[in-house]
Amino acid sequence: MREDTVLGIIFSNMHDDTIGELTNIRTMGSVPFGGRYRFIDFPLSNMVNSGITNVGVVTKSNYQSLLDHIGSGREWDLSRKVGGLNILPPFSNTHSGIYRGRLQALAGISDYIESHRSQYVLMVDCDIISNVDYREIIKQHIASGADITVMYQKLDMARADLLDDTTAFGFDSNGRINDVMIGPTVPGTYNIYQNVTVLSRELLCRIISETSQRNQISFKKEILQNSFDRFNIQGFENTSVSLNIHSLKSYFDANMKLLDPMVRSAVFNPQNPIYTKIKDEVPAKYGTSAQVSNSLVADGCIIDGTVENSIIFRGVKIAKGAVVKNCILMQGTTVNEGCNLNYVISDKDVTVRENRMLMGFETYPIYISKGSVV
Amino acid sequence: MIRKKEWISMLLAGGRGSRLYALTTKLAKPAVPFGGKYRIIDFPLSNCVNSGIDTVGVLTQYQPLVLSEYLGNGQPWDLDRANGGVFVLPPYEKSSGSDWYRGTANAIYQNINFIERYDPEYVLILSGDHIYKMDYSKMLEFHKEKQADCTIAVLQVPMEEASRFGIMNANEDGQIYEFEEKPKQPKSNLASMGIYIFTWSKLKKYLEEDEADPNSSNDFGKNIIPAMLKDQQKMYAYAFEGYWKDVGTIDSLWEANMDLLNPNVPLELYDPTWKIYSRNADMPPHYISSQAKVQNSMVCEGCQVEGDVEFSVLFAGAVIEPGAVVHDSILMPGAVVKKDAIVEYAIIAEDVVVGEGAKIGERPENCPDKEAWGVAVVGAGIHISPKAVIPPKAMIEQDV
Repeated sequence: MREDTVLGIIFSNMHDDTIGELTNIRTMGSVPFGGRYRFIDFPLSNMVNSGITNVGVVTKSNYQSLLDHIGSGREWDLSRKVGGLNILPPFSNTHSGIYRGRLQALAGISDYIESHRSQYVLMVDCDIISNVDYREIIKQHIASGADITVMYQKLDMARADLLDDTTAFGFDSNGRINDVMIGPTVPGTYNIYQNVTVLSRELLCRIISETSQRNQISFKKEILQNSFDRFNIQGFENTSVSLNIHSLKSYFDANMKLLDPMVRSAVFNPQNPIYTKIKDEVPAKYGTSAQVSNSLVADGCIIDGTVENSIIFRGVKIAKGAVVKNCILMQGTTVNEGCNLNYVISDKDVTVRENRMLMGFETYPIYISKGSVV
Repeated sequence: MIRKKEWISMLLAGGRGSRLYALTTKLAKPAVPFGGKYRIIDFPLSNCVNSGIDTVGVLTQYQPLVLSEYLGNGQPWDLDRANGGVFVLPPYEKSSGSDWYRGTANAIYQNINFIERYDPEYVLILSGDHIYKMDYSKMLEFHKEKQADCTIAVLQVPMEEASRFGIMNANEDGQIYEFEEKPKQPKSNLASMGIYIFTWSKLKKYLEEDEADPNSSNDFGKNIIPAMLKDQQKMYAYAFEGYWKDVGTIDSLWEANMDLLNPNVPLELYDPTWKIYSRNADMPPHYISSQAKVQNSMVCEGCQVEGDVEFSVLFAGAVIEPGAVVHDSILMPGAVVKKDAIVEYAIIAEDVVVGEGAKIGERPENCPDKEAWGVAVVGAGIHISPKAVIPPKAMIEQDV
């Protein structure tokens, strides 16, 4: 047994309420992204690419789409005899149920965590799209002797980016956290928590047992904010490109940023591929009147219309004469002849009938819910 | 304990495909990329799975590495089965009489042990060099209904082309009374598709007899089928309707790819009830830039298109830089066409780099000498230097 073995835990439901439109029928982890992915593909692939092969995915509600997506974990090479992927639904024991915060969620899976022999635990949420090598934060954690290491990114935050649960850190000269702000309101440059945390499994077990006795719910408040005197909490700066999703607008922007070649090559680094469920779609087919520019297009699409500045998911059909600009069209969307769409996010299997006009605006994209017929 | 199977399939994938020249120097013909994300073998393999066959022996001999690696445990085709699945069967050393596969029939003969483990009633023999979609279970029903010893799938070809094929002469209910290999004066236009269902007990007998004959070339078409006809075994022609294409030559491989772009060609890949499975690359969606023009083409994931693409098939990860032109061509996985290069009527194999301003191939209308025109081919991994000119019909097997 190697000393640096790590158990990965992914929280699939945290931050669901930030994009309620998209998470009404799914977990945060199973929100479609970037033409063929789901949010969870990023932390899951990062873990696999970082050599973490024991991964538990914590779910809470609306997780059918998540189960369907990750299945046995084979696409991530996590369908293993030893270790591999475990989906951890609520009610795993008689004391656990629907959790309200991270500490309760962890208490619900305490048996799972205790049964592992890994030395460390890496906890990740699904609200940040980034191609990160987690080995770096783990290496630093071991070298620094910290009790807990948190991943952060230095960001200029406008008022609109600062949410109730935005968490920012201050550090002392030794890199140890000496200030934790939850929900800062003044715009400025902050060290923003990326909801990635490393600690020893033994410490995590102790924290779970102590906090559950006191009925404490929030990891951020109880452990990071109220216990930084007690624990040596260190920061690890993530310098790779990160796309933070905390609203429908930021979801839209994050997708559109993939059209930037710099962002795309950082997020889809061929050395650390992002894996996803295979659908066995045919390559995309372009017709005689197709006019496509500055767009990402996935397999299975049949495109004969005009597409600009858009993210087109698998199996989308855009008929001749239809115009799609600045849109995110999810899997199975059909746009019929003569339609004109601008700043639209269509969820899965939406049909837009002939000659419809749907216009959103850059700051307010229109969202069409799954399966709708317009 | 291996359980009995009603039928299993044996897929002949050992052929070199010498008429594909540079495309098959490092891989066997069935592993040649096709249609943007497939390899030729995906078609018979997917047909097997979709027809309910869960045990497929793939007979390999020539350059088996790429093919074996591609098939792996068979998972992409749902052939990673507890009982059955896909098996790569190369020739192997035996206590006596070790040998390469000497012919199609000999390849099956050498694997009698493999087949007997499943104790099948019927064996489906396929070849790995055709593009088509076919429900073999209907052919099996036909075989059982006729109580045949052998059923051969046939396709009606234009009479004037019939002399290029193995022609089955059959009476009205389909019973074959004569087989003619490439007849000068064909009596019918029923061409053999190289797809056979045999009642296993009969086939085994004929394989053993054929093996005992030192003058035999151990081939299904030349020996087994004629021998069974001579003995008046019950042999039936099963008529297939639909798209079927032998992709054994550069021209036919190019044409079959182009057929995918033609809405009038009846090869429907988008049918969700008859998917063609393949091993997928883990690549992001393809990107079409604002300078790009893409029409009448198939584009796979991972491509980056910044040039002008028409009537072309782009495989995973192909890159077309700004100002480059790709018309009527096939770009296999990872091919790169640098700035201002022109590629017309060409097949560019895997990981080829076409240098800046190079020109490959030619439109037929710009070629005064019709005899000199043909599809240009650049073999895998080759670098074409900037401004180089590769004429039509060229076969490039080293860096230029």
